[in-house]
Amino acid sequence: MNTGGSAAIAARLRAVRPRALAALTRMLRDLDLAEDALQDASLAALDTWSRNGIPRDPLAWVLTVARNRARDALRRRQRVDDTPAEELLEAGLGASDRDIEAEEVQALDEAVYKDDVLRLMFMCCHTELSPTDQLALALKVIAGLRVEEIARAFLVSPRAMEQRITRAKKRAGAVAAKLDAPSLAERAARLDAVAAMIYLMFNEGYQTRGGEAPIRVDLCAEAIRLGRLLVSLFPGQPEALGLLALMLLQHSRRSGRTDGEGQLVPLDRQVRSCWDRPMIDEGTVLVEKALRHRQPGPYQVQAAIAAVHCAAHRAEDTDWAEIERLYAALMQIQPSAVVALNHAVAVWKLEGAEAALERLAAIEDELGDYLHFQSTRAALLAEAGRMPEAVAAYRRALGLGPNKAEEAHILQRLAEIGEKN
Amino acid sequence: MQYAILIFGADGVFDDLPEDDQRTYMQQHRDMQTKYEDRLGAIARLMPSTSAMTVTSKNGSVIVTDGPYAESKEQLLGLYIVEADSMEEAIEAAKMLPTGFNSMEVRPVAQAPVQREAATA
Repeated sequence: MNTGGSAAIAARLRAVRPRALAALTRMLRDLDLAEDALQDASLAALDTWSRNGIPRDPLAWVLTVARNRARDALRRRQRVDDTPAEELLEAGLGASDRDIEAEEVQALDEAVYKDDVLRLMFMCCHTELSPTDQLALALKVIAGLRVEEIARAFLVSPRAMEQRITRAKKRAGAVAAKLDAPSLAERAARLDAVAAMIYLMFNEGYQTRGGEAPIRVDLCAEAIRLGRLLVSLFPGQPEALGLLALMLLQHSRRSGRTDGEGQLVPLDRQVRSCWDRPMIDEGTVLVEKALRHRQPGPYQVQAAIAAVHCAAHRAEDTDWAEIERLYAALMQIQPSAVVALNHAVAVWKLEGAEAALERLAAIEDELGDYLHFQSTRAALLAEAGRMPEAVAAYRRALGLGPNKAEEAHILQRLAEIGEKN
Repeated sequence: MQYAILIFGADGVFDDLPEDDQRTYMQQHRDMQTKYEDRLGAIARLMPSTSAMTVTSKNGSVIVTDGPYAESKEQLLGLYIVEADSMEEAIEAAKMLPTGFNSMEVRPVAQAPVQREAATA
Protein backbone atom coordinates (compact mmCIF):
# COMPACT_ATOMS: atom_id res chain seq x y z
CA MET A 1 0.00 0.00 0.00
CA ASN A 2 1.08 3.52 -0.48
CA THR A 3 -0.66 6.69 0.40
CA GLY A 4 -1.34 8.53 -2.78
CA GLY A 5 -2.64 12.00 -3.29
CA SER A 6 -5.62 12.38 -5.61
CA ALA A 7 -3.31 13.19 -8.55
CA ALA A 8 -1.44 9.93 -8.02
CA ILE A 9 -4.73 8.06 -7.81
CA ALA A 10 -6.01 9.68 -10.99
CA ALA A 11 -2.77 8.81 -12.79
CA ARG A 12 -2.95 5.23 -11.59
CA LEU A 13 -6.60 4.93 -12.68
CA ARG A 14 -5.67 6.29 -16.07
CA ALA A 15 -2.96 3.66 -16.41
CA VAL A 16 -5.33 0.77 -15.65
CA ARG A 17 -8.22 2.10 -17.76
CA PRO A 18 -7.57 0.36 -21.12
CA ARG A 19 -7.09 -3.09 -19.60
CA ALA A 20 -9.97 -2.65 -17.16
CA LEU A 21 -12.42 -1.40 -19.77
CA ALA A 22 -11.40 -4.07 -22.27
CA ALA A 23 -11.84 -6.88 -19.76
CA LEU A 24 -15.18 -5.46 -18.56
CA THR A 25 -16.45 -5.14 -22.11
CA ARG A 26 -15.61 -8.78 -22.65
CA MET A 27 -17.31 -9.86 -19.43
CA LEU A 28 -20.41 -7.71 -19.92
CA ARG A 29 -20.52 -7.87 -23.74
CA ASP A 30 -21.63 -4.25 -23.72
CA LEU A 31 -19.33 -1.26 -24.08
CA ASP A 32 -21.70 1.32 -22.55
CA LEU A 33 -22.41 -0.86 -19.54
CA ALA A 34 -18.67 -1.46 -19.14
CA GLU A 35 -17.92 2.27 -19.31
CA ASP A 36 -20.57 3.06 -16.70
CA ALA A 37 -19.30 0.32 -14.41
CA LEU A 38 -15.71 1.54 -14.77
CA GLN A 39 -16.82 5.09 -14.05
CA ASP A 40 -18.55 3.93 -10.84
CA ALA A 41 -15.50 1.92 -9.81
CA SER A 42 -13.19 4.87 -10.49
CA LEU A 43 -15.25 7.12 -8.23
CA ALA A 44 -15.18 4.44 -5.55
CA ALA A 45 -11.41 4.17 -5.99
CA LEU A 46 -10.87 7.91 -5.55
CA ASP A 47 -12.77 7.73 -2.29
CA THR A 48 -11.38 4.47 -0.90
CA TRP A 49 -7.79 4.81 -2.08
CA SER A 50 -7.40 8.31 -0.68
CA ARG A 51 -8.30 6.88 2.72
CA ASN A 52 -6.66 3.44 2.58
CA GLY A 53 -3.91 3.95 0.04
CA ILE A 54 -3.53 2.59 -3.49
CA PRO A 55 -3.88 -1.21 -3.43
CA ARG A 56 -1.05 -3.43 -4.60
CA ASP A 57 -3.05 -4.50 -7.64
CA PRO A 58 -5.17 -1.52 -8.68
CA LEU A 59 -6.45 -3.28 -11.80
CA ALA A 60 -7.87 -6.23 -9.85
CA TRP A 61 -9.48 -3.83 -7.38
CA VAL A 62 -11.12 -1.79 -10.11
CA LEU A 63 -12.31 -4.89 -11.96
CA THR A 64 -13.90 -6.41 -8.87
CA VAL A 65 -15.76 -3.25 -7.92
CA ALA A 66 -16.82 -2.56 -11.50
CA ARG A 67 -18.19 -6.09 -11.95
CA ASN A 68 -20.21 -5.78 -8.78
CA ARG A 69 -21.59 -2.41 -9.81
CA ALA A 70 -22.46 -3.83 -13.23
CA ARG A 71 -24.23 -6.77 -11.65
CA ASP A 72 -26.28 -4.41 -9.50
CA ALA A 73 -27.10 -2.28 -12.53
CA LEU A 74 -28.18 -5.36 -14.45
CA ARG A 75 -30.38 -6.51 -11.58
CA ARG A 76 -32.09 -3.12 -11.59
CA ARG A 77 -32.50 -3.38 -15.34
CA GLN A 78 -33.89 -6.88 -14.96
CA ARG A 79 -36.62 -5.57 -12.68
CA VAL A 80 -37.53 -3.11 -15.41
CA ASP A 81 -37.37 -5.20 -18.56
CA ASP A 82 -37.23 -8.78 -17.26
CA THR A 83 -33.92 -9.66 -18.91
CA PRO A 84 -32.27 -12.32 -16.74
CA ALA A 85 -29.13 -10.62 -15.44
CA GLU A 86 -27.28 -13.85 -14.88
CA GLU A 87 -27.55 -14.72 -18.53
CA LEU A 88 -25.84 -11.51 -19.46
CA LEU A 89 -22.94 -12.10 -17.14
CA GLU A 90 -20.27 -14.69 -17.07
CA ALA A 91 -19.97 -16.82 -14.00
CA GLY A 92 -17.87 -15.71 -11.08
CA LEU A 93 -19.31 -12.32 -10.21
CA GLY A 94 -19.63 -13.22 -6.59
CA ALA A 95 -18.12 -10.81 -4.13
CA SER A 96 -19.55 -7.68 -2.64
CA ASP A 97 -17.54 -4.48 -2.31
CA ARG A 98 -16.85 -5.30 1.32
CA ASP A 99 -14.65 -8.33 0.63
CA ILE A 100 -12.53 -6.78 -2.06
CA GLU A 101 -9.25 -6.84 -0.22
CA ALA A 102 -9.72 -10.50 0.61
CA GLU A 103 -11.25 -11.68 -2.61
CA GLU A 104 -9.16 -13.61 -5.02
CA VAL A 105 -9.80 -12.02 -8.34
CA GLN A 106 -9.60 -14.29 -11.30
CA ALA A 107 -6.01 -14.13 -12.41
CA LEU A 108 -6.08 -12.25 -15.65
CA ASP A 109 -2.60 -12.19 -17.02
CA GLU A 110 -1.31 -10.11 -19.87
CA ALA A 111 -2.10 -12.88 -22.36
CA VAL A 112 -5.82 -12.47 -21.69
CA TYR A 113 -5.80 -8.70 -21.69
CA LYS A 114 -3.90 -8.22 -24.87
CA ASP A 115 -6.57 -9.42 -27.26
CA ASP A 116 -9.25 -7.62 -25.23
CA VAL A 117 -7.45 -4.30 -25.46
CA LEU A 118 -6.56 -4.88 -29.09
CA ARG A 119 -10.24 -5.60 -29.86
CA LEU A 120 -11.25 -2.36 -28.18
CA MET A 121 -8.61 -0.42 -30.11
CA PHE A 122 -9.56 -2.16 -33.32
CA MET A 123 -13.17 -1.08 -32.80
CA CYS A 124 -11.94 2.51 -33.08
CA CYS A 125 -10.48 1.73 -36.52
CA HIS A 126 -13.85 0.66 -37.92
CA THR A 127 -13.83 1.25 -41.67
CA GLU A 128 -17.18 3.07 -41.60
CA LEU A 129 -15.75 5.75 -39.31
CA SER A 130 -14.07 8.87 -40.66
CA PRO A 131 -10.48 9.43 -39.51
CA THR A 132 -11.62 12.11 -37.04
CA ASP A 133 -14.33 9.82 -35.65
CA GLN A 134 -11.74 7.08 -35.18
CA LEU A 135 -9.46 9.37 -33.21
CA ALA A 136 -12.31 10.85 -31.16
CA LEU A 137 -13.55 7.39 -30.25
CA ALA A 138 -10.06 6.22 -29.28
CA LEU A 139 -9.50 9.31 -27.13
CA LYS A 140 -12.82 8.78 -25.38
CA VAL A 141 -12.86 5.03 -24.98
CA ILE A 142 -9.20 4.01 -24.67
CA ALA A 143 -7.55 7.14 -23.32
CA GLY A 144 -10.57 8.08 -21.20
CA LEU A 145 -10.48 11.80 -22.04
CA ARG A 146 -13.54 13.91 -21.30
CA VAL A 147 -15.76 14.91 -24.22
CA GLU A 148 -14.92 18.61 -23.61
CA GLU A 149 -11.21 17.86 -23.93
CA ILE A 150 -11.70 15.95 -27.17
CA ALA A 151 -13.96 18.68 -28.53
CA ARG A 152 -11.18 21.20 -27.86
CA ALA A 153 -8.66 19.01 -29.67
CA PHE A 154 -10.80 19.04 -32.81
CA LEU A 155 -12.05 22.61 -32.40
CA VAL A 156 -15.75 21.69 -32.27
CA SER A 157 -18.38 22.25 -29.59
CA PRO A 158 -18.66 19.65 -26.81
CA ARG A 159 -22.24 19.01 -27.89
CA ALA A 160 -21.22 18.24 -31.46
CA MET A 161 -18.40 16.00 -30.22
CA GLU A 162 -20.75 14.17 -27.87
CA GLN A 163 -23.08 13.39 -30.77
CA ARG A 164 -20.19 12.36 -32.93
CA ILE A 165 -18.86 9.91 -30.34
CA THR A 166 -22.32 8.49 -29.65
CA ARG A 167 -22.84 7.88 -33.37
CA ALA A 168 -19.40 6.32 -33.75
CA LYS A 169 -20.02 4.01 -30.81
CA LYS A 170 -23.34 2.95 -32.26
CA ARG A 171 -21.65 2.05 -35.53
CA ALA A 172 -18.59 0.34 -34.13
CA GLY A 173 -19.57 -0.78 -30.64
CA ALA A 174 -20.61 -4.23 -31.78
CA VAL A 175 -16.97 -4.99 -32.63
CA ALA A 176 -15.95 -4.45 -29.02
CA ALA A 177 -18.80 -6.49 -27.62
CA LYS A 178 -18.25 -9.45 -29.93
CA LEU A 179 -16.24 -12.11 -28.20
CA ASP A 180 -13.67 -13.70 -30.44
CA ALA A 181 -10.24 -15.20 -30.35
CA PRO A 182 -8.48 -13.72 -33.36
CA SER A 183 -6.31 -15.95 -35.52
CA LEU A 184 -2.69 -14.95 -36.02
CA ALA A 185 -3.54 -13.35 -39.37
CA GLU A 186 -6.49 -11.45 -37.90
CA ARG A 187 -4.39 -10.25 -35.01
CA ALA A 188 -1.71 -9.03 -37.40
CA ALA A 189 -4.34 -7.17 -39.45
CA ARG A 190 -5.76 -5.60 -36.28
CA LEU A 191 -2.31 -4.55 -35.15
CA ASP A 192 -1.71 -2.89 -38.51
CA ALA A 193 -5.00 -1.01 -38.39
CA VAL A 194 -4.47 0.10 -34.80
CA ALA A 195 -0.91 1.23 -35.51
CA ALA A 196 -2.17 3.30 -38.46
CA MET A 197 -4.83 4.91 -36.27
CA ILE A 198 -2.26 5.76 -33.58
CA TYR A 199 0.09 7.28 -36.15
CA LEU A 200 -2.80 9.27 -37.59
CA MET A 201 -3.45 10.69 -34.13
CA PHE A 202 0.22 11.53 -33.72
CA ASN A 203 0.36 13.31 -37.07
CA GLU A 204 -2.82 15.22 -36.30
CA GLY A 205 -1.06 16.58 -33.22
CA TYR A 206 2.30 16.98 -34.96
CA GLN A 207 0.95 19.00 -37.84
CA THR A 208 -1.11 21.36 -35.75
CA ARG A 209 1.51 21.95 -33.12
CA GLY A 210 2.57 25.21 -34.72
CA GLY A 211 -1.01 26.43 -34.99
CA GLU A 212 -2.60 29.02 -32.78
CA ALA A 213 -5.03 26.94 -30.71
CA PRO A 214 -3.56 27.47 -27.25
CA ILE A 215 -5.08 24.73 -25.10
CA ARG A 216 -5.23 21.76 -27.43
CA VAL A 217 -5.13 18.36 -25.89
CA ASP A 218 -1.69 17.04 -26.67
CA LEU A 219 -2.57 14.52 -29.35
CA CYS A 220 1.09 13.58 -29.78
CA ALA A 221 1.36 12.66 -26.12
CA GLU A 222 -1.88 10.67 -26.28
CA ALA A 223 -0.69 8.82 -29.37
CA ILE A 224 2.60 7.99 -27.66
CA ARG A 225 0.65 6.70 -24.67
CA LEU A 226 -1.34 4.40 -26.98
CA GLY A 227 1.88 3.34 -28.69
CA ARG A 228 3.33 2.39 -25.31
CA LEU A 229 0.20 0.42 -24.51
CA LEU A 230 0.50 -1.49 -27.77
CA VAL A 231 4.17 -2.32 -27.13
CA SER A 232 3.51 -3.38 -23.55
CA LEU A 233 0.81 -5.77 -24.78
CA PHE A 234 2.73 -7.03 -27.83
CA PRO A 235 6.39 -6.61 -26.86
CA GLY A 236 7.71 -8.74 -29.72
CA GLN A 237 6.01 -6.89 -32.60
CA PRO A 238 8.77 -5.02 -34.45
CA GLU A 239 6.41 -2.58 -36.17
CA ALA A 240 4.74 -1.67 -32.86
CA LEU A 241 8.21 -0.96 -31.48
CA GLY A 242 9.05 0.94 -34.67
CA LEU A 243 5.92 3.07 -34.39
CA LEU A 244 6.59 3.99 -30.76
CA ALA A 245 10.23 4.75 -31.61
CA LEU A 246 9.22 6.89 -34.58
CA MET A 247 6.78 8.93 -32.51
CA LEU A 248 9.26 9.42 -29.67
CA LEU A 249 12.02 10.51 -32.03
CA GLN A 250 9.79 12.96 -33.88
CA HIS A 251 8.29 14.27 -30.64
CA SER A 252 11.78 14.70 -29.16
CA ARG A 253 12.31 17.59 -31.59
CA ARG A 254 9.07 19.39 -30.67
CA SER A 255 10.81 22.39 -29.05
CA GLY A 256 13.05 22.89 -32.05
CA ARG A 257 10.38 22.48 -34.70
CA THR A 258 8.85 25.91 -34.35
CA ASP A 259 10.35 29.36 -33.97
CA GLY A 260 9.26 32.12 -31.59
CA GLU A 261 6.33 32.94 -33.84
CA GLY A 262 5.12 29.35 -34.08
CA GLN A 263 6.42 28.88 -37.64
CA LEU A 264 7.90 25.53 -38.63
CA VAL A 265 11.69 25.37 -38.78
CA PRO A 266 13.26 22.80 -41.15
CA LEU A 267 15.43 20.09 -39.66
CA ASP A 268 18.77 21.50 -40.80
CA ARG A 269 18.09 24.86 -39.15
CA GLN A 270 16.72 23.64 -35.82
CA VAL A 271 18.49 24.40 -32.56
CA ARG A 272 19.47 20.87 -31.65
CA SER A 273 20.39 21.58 -28.04
CA CYS A 274 16.69 21.93 -27.22
CA TRP A 275 15.83 18.47 -28.51
CA ASP A 276 14.65 16.10 -25.77
CA ARG A 277 17.68 13.84 -25.28
CA PRO A 278 16.11 11.29 -22.89
CA MET A 279 13.29 10.83 -25.40
CA ILE A 280 15.83 10.41 -28.21
CA ASP A 281 17.68 7.81 -26.12
CA GLU A 282 14.49 5.85 -25.55
CA GLY A 283 13.47 6.04 -29.22
CA THR A 284 16.92 4.94 -30.33
CA VAL A 285 16.88 1.93 -28.00
CA LEU A 286 13.47 0.92 -29.35
CA VAL A 287 14.70 1.15 -32.97
CA GLU A 288 17.58 -1.12 -32.09
CA LYS A 289 15.21 -3.57 -30.37
CA ALA A 290 12.87 -3.58 -33.36
CA LEU A 291 15.61 -4.10 -35.94
CA ARG A 292 16.93 -7.16 -34.07
CA HIS A 293 13.88 -8.98 -35.43
CA ARG A 294 15.12 -8.54 -39.00
CA GLN A 295 11.58 -7.93 -40.23
CA PRO A 296 11.88 -4.31 -41.35
CA GLY A 297 8.67 -2.38 -41.93
CA PRO A 298 7.82 1.23 -42.75
CA TYR A 299 7.61 2.44 -39.12
CA GLN A 300 10.92 0.82 -38.22
CA VAL A 301 12.77 2.25 -41.21
CA GLN A 302 11.31 5.74 -40.71
CA ALA A 303 12.24 5.50 -37.03
CA ALA A 304 15.76 4.44 -37.97
CA ILE A 305 16.05 7.49 -40.25
CA ALA A 306 14.79 9.75 -37.45
CA ALA A 307 17.31 8.15 -35.09
CA VAL A 308 20.19 8.95 -37.47
CA HIS A 309 19.07 12.60 -37.65
CA CYS A 310 18.72 12.78 -33.87
CA ALA A 311 22.18 11.29 -33.36
CA ALA A 312 23.80 14.25 -35.14
CA HIS A 313 24.48 17.09 -32.71
CA ARG A 314 25.02 19.44 -35.67
CA ALA A 315 23.25 19.23 -39.04
CA GLU A 316 26.62 18.85 -40.77
CA ASP A 317 27.42 15.77 -38.67
CA THR A 318 24.49 13.83 -40.18
CA ASP A 319 25.40 10.36 -41.42
CA TRP A 320 23.94 10.82 -44.91
CA ALA A 321 25.29 7.50 -46.20
CA GLU A 322 23.19 5.69 -43.59
CA ILE A 323 20.16 7.86 -44.36
CA GLU A 324 20.53 7.20 -48.09
CA ARG A 325 20.69 3.47 -47.42
CA LEU A 326 17.58 3.64 -45.22
CA TYR A 327 15.58 5.65 -47.76
CA ALA A 328 16.56 3.12 -50.41
CA ALA A 329 15.16 0.42 -48.10
CA LEU A 330 12.00 2.45 -47.52
CA MET A 331 11.55 2.82 -51.28
CA GLN A 332 11.52 -0.97 -51.46
CA ILE A 333 8.95 -1.37 -48.67
CA GLN A 334 6.71 1.65 -49.16
CA PRO A 335 7.55 3.54 -52.33
CA SER A 336 6.10 7.03 -52.76
CA ALA A 337 7.07 10.30 -54.42
CA VAL A 338 7.67 11.95 -51.03
CA VAL A 339 10.01 9.14 -49.99
CA ALA A 340 11.77 9.53 -53.37
CA LEU A 341 12.18 13.26 -52.68
CA ASN A 342 13.76 12.58 -49.30
CA HIS A 343 15.94 9.91 -50.88
CA ALA A 344 17.08 12.50 -53.45
CA VAL A 345 18.09 14.87 -50.64
CA ALA A 346 20.31 12.14 -49.19
CA VAL A 347 21.79 11.50 -52.64
CA TRP A 348 22.51 15.25 -52.91
CA LYS A 349 24.55 15.19 -49.69
CA LEU A 350 26.49 12.16 -50.92
CA GLU A 351 26.87 12.53 -54.67
CA GLY A 352 26.16 16.17 -55.36
CA ALA A 353 23.40 18.29 -56.84
CA GLU A 354 23.34 16.90 -60.39
CA ALA A 355 22.77 13.32 -59.24
CA ALA A 356 19.93 14.48 -57.01
CA LEU A 357 18.37 16.59 -59.78
CA GLU A 358 18.19 13.51 -61.98
CA ARG A 359 16.15 11.80 -59.29
CA LEU A 360 13.87 14.80 -58.89
CA ALA A 361 13.08 14.79 -62.60
CA ALA A 362 11.41 11.41 -62.16
CA ILE A 363 8.92 12.73 -59.60
CA GLU A 364 8.38 16.26 -60.93
CA ASP A 365 5.01 15.42 -62.50
CA GLU A 366 3.70 14.20 -59.19
CA LEU A 367 5.25 16.71 -56.79
CA GLY A 368 5.69 19.83 -58.96
CA ASP A 369 3.15 21.77 -56.89
CA TYR A 370 4.60 20.74 -53.56
CA LEU A 371 6.45 23.54 -51.77
CA HIS A 372 9.16 21.36 -50.31
CA PHE A 373 9.83 19.82 -53.74
CA GLN A 374 10.26 23.20 -55.45
CA SER A 375 12.39 24.72 -52.68
CA THR A 376 14.62 21.64 -52.65
CA ARG A 377 14.90 21.69 -56.44
CA ALA A 378 15.72 25.39 -56.35
CA ALA A 379 18.51 24.84 -53.83
CA LEU A 380 19.92 21.99 -55.95
CA LEU A 381 19.82 24.09 -59.14
CA ALA A 382 21.57 26.95 -57.39
CA GLU A 383 24.30 24.62 -56.15
CA ALA A 384 24.69 23.22 -59.66
CA GLY A 385 25.20 26.76 -60.92
CA ARG A 386 21.99 26.77 -62.98
CA MET A 387 20.92 30.19 -61.65
CA PRO A 388 18.08 31.17 -63.99
CA GLU A 389 16.39 27.81 -63.35
CA ALA A 390 17.01 28.17 -59.61
CA VAL A 391 15.41 31.62 -59.58
CA ALA A 392 12.39 30.27 -61.49
CA ALA A 393 12.03 27.38 -59.02
CA TYR A 394 12.29 29.69 -55.98
CA ARG A 395 9.66 32.01 -57.52
CA ARG A 396 7.42 29.03 -58.10
CA ALA A 397 7.94 27.94 -54.49
CA LEU A 398 6.85 31.40 -53.31
CA GLY A 399 3.50 30.76 -54.93
CA LEU A 400 2.95 27.45 -53.14
CA GLY A 401 1.91 28.84 -49.76
CA PRO A 402 5.12 29.09 -47.72
CA ASN A 403 4.75 30.23 -44.11
CA LYS A 404 6.43 33.46 -43.00
CA ALA A 405 9.74 31.86 -42.05
CA GLU A 406 9.88 29.82 -45.25
CA GLU A 407 9.03 32.88 -47.33
CA ALA A 408 11.78 34.88 -45.64
CA HIS A 409 14.25 32.08 -46.30
CA ILE A 410 13.32 31.89 -49.99
CA LEU A 411 13.54 35.67 -50.43
CA GLN A 412 16.94 35.64 -48.78
CA ARG A 413 18.18 32.94 -51.15
CA LEU A 414 16.84 34.91 -54.14
CA ALA A 415 18.66 38.01 -52.91
CA GLU A 416 21.91 36.03 -52.55
CA ILE A 417 21.60 34.71 -56.10
CA GLY A 418 20.88 38.25 -57.33
CA GLU A 419 24.02 39.60 -55.63
CA LYS A 420 26.28 36.91 -57.05
CA ASN A 421 25.09 37.32 -60.60
CA MET B 1 26.98 -2.12 4.79
CA GLN B 2 25.48 -1.21 1.47
CA TYR B 3 21.73 -1.21 0.97
CA ALA B 4 19.76 -1.13 -2.23
CA ILE B 5 16.67 1.04 -2.33
CA LEU B 6 14.58 -0.44 -5.14
CA ILE B 7 11.73 1.71 -6.40
CA PHE B 8 8.69 -0.05 -7.85
CA GLY B 9 5.63 1.35 -9.55
CA ALA B 10 3.62 1.39 -12.74
CA ASP B 11 5.23 2.66 -15.93
CA GLY B 12 4.25 6.15 -16.93
CA VAL B 13 2.35 7.15 -13.80
CA PHE B 14 4.96 9.73 -12.81
CA ASP B 15 4.68 11.38 -16.24
CA ASP B 16 0.91 11.62 -15.78
CA LEU B 17 1.16 13.59 -12.54
CA PRO B 18 0.62 17.35 -12.60
CA GLU B 19 3.88 19.26 -13.04
CA ASP B 20 3.69 20.66 -9.49
CA ASP B 21 3.62 17.16 -8.05
CA GLN B 22 6.46 16.07 -10.33
CA ARG B 23 8.55 19.00 -9.14
CA THR B 24 7.82 18.21 -5.50
CA TYR B 25 8.81 14.58 -5.98
CA MET B 26 11.99 15.44 -7.88
CA GLN B 27 12.92 17.85 -5.09
CA GLN B 28 12.52 15.01 -2.57
CA HIS B 29 14.99 12.97 -4.62
CA ARG B 30 17.44 15.87 -4.73
CA ASP B 31 17.13 16.45 -0.97
CA MET B 32 17.89 12.80 -0.31
CA GLN B 33 20.83 12.88 -2.72
CA THR B 34 22.21 15.97 -1.01
CA LYS B 35 21.86 14.55 2.49
CA TYR B 36 23.48 11.21 1.61
CA GLU B 37 25.91 12.62 -0.94
CA ASP B 38 29.02 10.96 0.57
CA ARG B 39 27.33 7.60 1.03
CA LEU B 40 25.58 7.07 -2.29
CA GLY B 41 26.71 4.48 -4.80
CA ALA B 42 24.91 3.87 -8.05
CA ILE B 43 21.75 5.85 -8.76
CA ALA B 44 19.63 4.85 -11.73
CA ARG B 45 16.31 5.92 -13.14
CA LEU B 46 15.26 3.23 -15.60
CA MET B 47 13.55 3.76 -18.94
CA PRO B 48 9.97 2.42 -19.20
CA SER B 49 9.80 -1.37 -19.15
CA THR B 50 8.79 -1.39 -22.83
CA SER B 51 12.47 -0.71 -23.54
CA ALA B 52 13.56 -3.85 -21.69
CA MET B 53 14.76 -7.17 -23.08
CA THR B 54 14.77 -10.43 -21.19
CA VAL B 55 17.51 -13.03 -21.33
CA THR B 56 16.53 -16.51 -20.15
CA SER B 57 17.30 -20.06 -21.15
CA LYS B 58 15.22 -22.89 -22.44
CA ASN B 59 16.38 -26.43 -23.08
CA GLY B 60 19.94 -25.37 -22.53
CA SER B 61 20.03 -22.49 -24.99
CA VAL B 62 19.89 -18.80 -24.23
CA ILE B 63 16.75 -17.03 -25.33
CA VAL B 64 16.40 -13.28 -25.74
CA THR B 65 12.88 -11.89 -25.77
CA ASP B 66 11.33 -8.42 -25.87
CA GLY B 67 9.78 -6.87 -22.82
CA PRO B 68 10.46 -6.94 -19.08
CA TYR B 69 11.13 -10.18 -17.22
CA ALA B 70 8.01 -10.01 -15.06
CA GLU B 71 4.70 -9.15 -16.63
CA SER B 72 3.73 -7.73 -13.30
CA LYS B 73 1.65 -4.69 -12.55
CA GLU B 74 4.58 -3.06 -10.81
CA GLN B 75 7.90 -2.54 -12.55
CA LEU B 76 11.33 -1.68 -11.23
CA LEU B 77 11.53 2.05 -11.96
CA GLY B 78 14.89 2.86 -10.46
CA LEU B 79 17.33 2.23 -7.66
CA TYR B 80 19.80 3.73 -5.24
CA ILE B 81 22.73 2.09 -3.54
CA VAL B 82 23.43 3.72 -0.19
CA GLU B 83 26.03 3.03 2.48
CA ALA B 84 24.32 2.89 5.87
CA ASP B 85 25.20 1.73 9.37
CA SER B 86 21.96 -0.16 9.81
CA MET B 87 18.77 -1.19 8.08
CA GLU B 88 17.08 1.50 10.14
CA GLU B 89 19.33 4.16 8.64
CA ALA B 90 18.74 2.85 5.11
CA ILE B 91 15.00 3.01 5.73
CA GLU B 92 15.38 6.60 6.90
CA ALA B 93 17.05 7.40 3.59
CA ALA B 94 14.25 5.68 1.66
CA LYS B 95 11.64 7.61 3.63
CA MET B 96 12.98 10.84 2.20
CA LEU B 97 11.95 9.67 -1.28
CA PRO B 98 8.41 10.11 -2.60
CA THR B 99 5.92 7.34 -1.88
CA GLY B 100 2.80 8.89 -3.33
CA PHE B 101 2.82 6.89 -6.53
CA ASN B 102 5.27 4.07 -5.93
CA SER B 103 6.66 1.69 -3.34
CA MET B 104 10.16 0.87 -2.24
CA GLU B 105 12.04 -2.18 -1.16
CA VAL B 106 15.11 -1.73 1.02
CA ARG B 107 17.45 -4.68 0.73
CA PRO B 108 21.00 -5.20 1.99
CA VAL B 109 23.64 -5.78 -0.66
CA ALA B 110 25.49 -9.07 -0.21
CA GLN B 111 29.21 -8.87 -0.66
CA ALA B 112 30.27 -10.95 -3.63
CA PRO B 113 32.61 -13.86 -2.70
CA VAL B 114 35.19 -12.56 -5.19
CA GLN B 115 35.25 -9.18 -3.49
CA ARG B 116 35.76 -10.89 -0.15
CA GLU B 117 38.76 -12.85 -1.41
CA ALA B 118 40.27 -9.74 -2.89
CA ALA B 119 39.77 -7.95 0.40
CA THR B 120 41.57 -10.62 2.43
CA ALA B 121 44.40 -11.07 -0.05
